[in-house]
Amino acid sequence: MVGRNFPMKRYLPFIIIAVVGMLTIGSGAMLYHAKLRAALKGGATANSAKSEMPPQHVRGASKAPVTLEEFADFQCPACAKTMMEMIRPLEKNYGSRLRVIFWHFPLPNHKHGRDAALAAEAASLQGRFWEMHDLLYQNQLVWSQANDARPMFNDYARELHLDVERFRKDFGSAQVAAQVDRQREHGVARGVENTPTIFINKQPIAPPFSPERLHEAIDAAMPGHKSS
Amino acid sequence: MRKNSAKGIAPNPLARARLIFNAIAAVVALAGLADATYLTVAHVAGDSSVCGPSQPCAVVLGSTYAQIAGIPTAAFGVIAYFSAFSAATLAAFGYPRARTFLIVIVAAMFAFTLWLLYLQAFILHAFCPFCLLSAAFTFCLAGLTLATPPDSSRDF
Repeated sequence: MVGRNFPMKRYLPFIIIAVVGMLTIGSGAMLYHAKLRAALKGGATANSAKSEMPPQHVRGASKAPVTLEEFADFQCPACAKTMMEMIRPLEKNYGSRLRVIFWHFPLPNHKHGRDAALAAEAASLQGRFWEMHDLLYQNQLVWSQANDARPMFNDYARELHLDVERFRKDFGSAQVAAQVDRQREHGVARGVENTPTIFINKQPIAPPFSPERLHEAIDAAMPGHKSS
Repeated sequence: MRKNSAKGIAPNPLARARLIFNAIAAVVALAGLADATYLTVAHVAGDSSVCGPSQPCAVVLGSTYAQIAGIPTAAFGVIAYFSAFSAATLAAFGYPRARTFLIVIVAAMFAFTLWLLYLQAFILHAFCPFCLLSAAFTFCLAGLTLATPPDSSRDF
């Protein structure tokens, strides 16, 4: 049947396969560049007039030559991975040369994202922001699937030896809500659309994030670094 | 088929059925290829908005199982669906060995899909629509491959 009477038929399936293969690679590359452009556009449209806001949650030396800022949602799995598996080891590596700033950017499509941000802010009022931050990310899979995550946040507050009554009151306060909203608006003003969004010395870093890419970006931002 | 038609003999109904089943399998594999390609690109580009408002989807696509040895799991889907598409296309054009290859690749895809469904149901307790769609395509391919009449004549 194949190619005896009609030689073209022998090659036709291979032509079809080759065309589909090229179309797949081509459309994949186009989609990748479109997503990358969107991510860069989101990060690069920073409006300096609107984007000035003193950071609330900072770790590392205040005079560190490099500052890494992360806009994140506590219910975003990629944010948990980026912070706990990439940024934390980098902090250890760079020591006093790297400062890390966390900004709230709860996404509306995450059911408990805003509540988690409120919990972290409420803990912050008792000086335990980063401890709550870590607990929220470590237990993300648990509380993010609950119908009501607030009792779990109260448990975390108890685990951190916070004044739970005060934590509950702060959680529902306008002051804490305004703090979360201000940070989110700050992100919007800097062109943040998705989480995690990372800036290194105010420059947006295009995803995807990996320890190697962040390492390179931090090295490139170090004073005296010579680009090859 | 073409040989029979050329001689004016009615086409073999089994050969026609094989052609139709393999052609449908190729189309299904093409749909799976599009799904897997989209997921792979979203993973590589670090696009966290791919799931939209679905939190379970974000749990699955953000889990440690979303990549194997640093390679996005969806990329294996791209390779598998492209292989299945190629085999089904060649089988539709009457290449006898292509059917054997199609059976092997679809069996491997079926087993891998079962493992992914197990992970979603019992380990992650969350399902992602893109993964379920891919599972549906693989089950369709398995059904089509099983239903395709075997080629006993080997006349080419």
